[in-house]
Amino acid sequence: MFPTPIEKQPRAAQLTYQAFLPLALLLWLLPLIAVMIFSIKPGADFGNANYWGWPSSFEGFTNYGKVFLESQMPRYLLNSVLITVPTVIGCIALSAMTGFALGIYRFRANLWIFFMFVAGNFVPFQILMVPVRDLTLDLGLYNTKTGLVLFHIAFQTGFCTLFMRNFIRQLPFELIEAARVEGVAEWRIFWFVVLPLMKPALAALSVLVFTFIWNDYFWAVVLTQGAESQPVTAGITSFNAQYRAAYHLMSAGSIVAALPPVAMFFLMQKHFIAGLTLGAVK
Amino acid sequence: MTQAALPQSTVRKSWWRRNQIAITPYLFLAPGVLFFAVYVIIPIFQSFGISLQDWDGLGQPTYVGFENYRELGNDPAFYTSLKNNVWWLLLYLLAIPAGLGIALFLNQTVTGIRIYKSLFFFPFVISQVVVGLVFTWFYDPAFGLLNVMLGWFGAGPINVLGDPRYVTFGIILAGLWPQTAYCMILYLTGLNAVNPEQIEAGRLDNAKGWRMLWHIVLPQLKPATFIAFVVTIIGALRSFDLISIMTQGGPFGSSRVLSFYMFEVALSEYGFRMGYGAAIAVVLFLIMLCFIAYFLFSMYREERR
Repeated sequence: MFPTPIEKQPRAAQLTYQAFLPLALLLWLLPLIAVMIFSIKPGADFGNANYWGWPSSFEGFTNYGKVFLESQMPRYLLNSVLITVPTVIGCIALSAMTGFALGIYRFRANLWIFFMFVAGNFVPFQILMVPVRDLTLDLGLYNTKTGLVLFHIAFQTGFCTLFMRNFIRQLPFELIEAARVEGVAEWRIFWFVVLPLMKPALAALSVLVFTFIWNDYFWAVVLTQGAESQPVTAGITSFNAQYRAAYHLMSAGSIVAALPPVAMFFLMQKHFIAGLTLGAVK
Repeated sequence: MTQAALPQSTVRKSWWRRNQIAITPYLFLAPGVLFFAVYVIIPIFQSFGISLQDWDGLGQPTYVGFENYRELGNDPAFYTSLKNNVWWLLLYLLAIPAGLGIALFLNQTVTGIRIYKSLFFFPFVISQVVVGLVFTWFYDPAFGLLNVMLGWFGAGPINVLGDPRYVTFGIILAGLWPQTAYCMILYLTGLNAVNPEQIEAGRLDNAKGWRMLWHIVLPQLKPATFIAFVVTIIGALRSFDLISIMTQGGPFGSSRVLSFYMFEVALSEYGFRMGYGAAIAVVLFLIMLCFIAYFLFSMYREERR
């Protein structure tokens, strides 16, 4: 193990390490902790320039209550869910199929198609912006959740294909050959043999795509406009415009907007990290 | 009756049987490739086309040849954005050594270390919009924690986001926060897989600290470093959210990067100049293309092995 395990170090070093750990974490999360403190302060504290002192009263419930009851926030959150969940399902379905095709079969265009997905996945969004916006307008889907979902599915399929294909490559190929000898149809091999083995990849990608899409801001601004279709990342800016200089509410709103992917991460940590490392670091 | 029907069906079945393996991959690829082509591949080429036009997004586009690119050459805002993009690319790479440093710091087995690892990773999971807001307040000249802390040392106050000299670096620092967390998790996973026998062998040969890191550990972390490099470069060139949230490109356009300037030209109140925007996007794309070519080449070499 590198670096040398701390248990093998002198006692003094161990204690220093133990003490340093929480301190380092505190420093690392400092900007975030500040926002959390803001979100439980009463608005009056900001008027009295009591920014960093002890909150004059605990107003956590009032502030978060206002976010949920008196603003458009619940609506934006719902929009985010309605955009994120279909996208996850759609691109997992598409990329399980493309990944299967590219991972199992040998045919001439295989590597080219694979590289097309990979390359497309790295492209800067801006080169797609004008044509995609135009296409969405032409389809009559501008400022709808569907328009946003369709684009997200298409774009995330690139990344997911890369992931799925590499994952399928690592499965024992003998299984598929055995099934073929038995005369099992190819689509049945996909459905009954390969798909059950891909569960870890499906889980990892679901969590990852969920986070990516939930946190997307650029496309939300390009393809949607109002509270009826905008996700929470874009909604938070109008929320902030509504509560300009009400830092306690803006902080509470930001935390609410950030929470779902955080919850997702803590619940599905193992899958999340497996997804991030792309399976390339085994 | 049955005899008449049977041969026919076996003929059809055997045709499908014979060609099943050749056809199936295309059937499985069709929906994904179709979607990807319509929304990603074709738009790239369309953007090239639009960059040769003068178009407000609504009326008839007029073909103007390379006029947009000529205008770019004389546009000081374009050069500011380009210069900032270079800063982003260079400084964003600091996330890699910083991530490695934190990973080494956390690669221990004391009690509760798993929670520490998750909490250090935290910033990456939060949306960049929230990161932007958090840092905007952190930098705030009136009440931001940064200036409170500078005050302890008798320095400041600095208005980081209001000063053209510091603004880009302030935003890059905000971006480094989640990016470092990402690199950290890549290295933590990589460190898990480092061969303990080689480490022990190195210890016997009296390799310690830096030499051990450089000669024995880092070579084994190469796959992690490659991914960290790829995602950091892409992240640097995609930087849009933070700039949009923290400064809107200001003050006086001094924190623009190509991705933000393109958006501003094409879709903001300054007017809908789709052609000019597309030309900026093409430049950004060409910069990215150098890296994409390198990534693909590396992956291609891996595939061949």
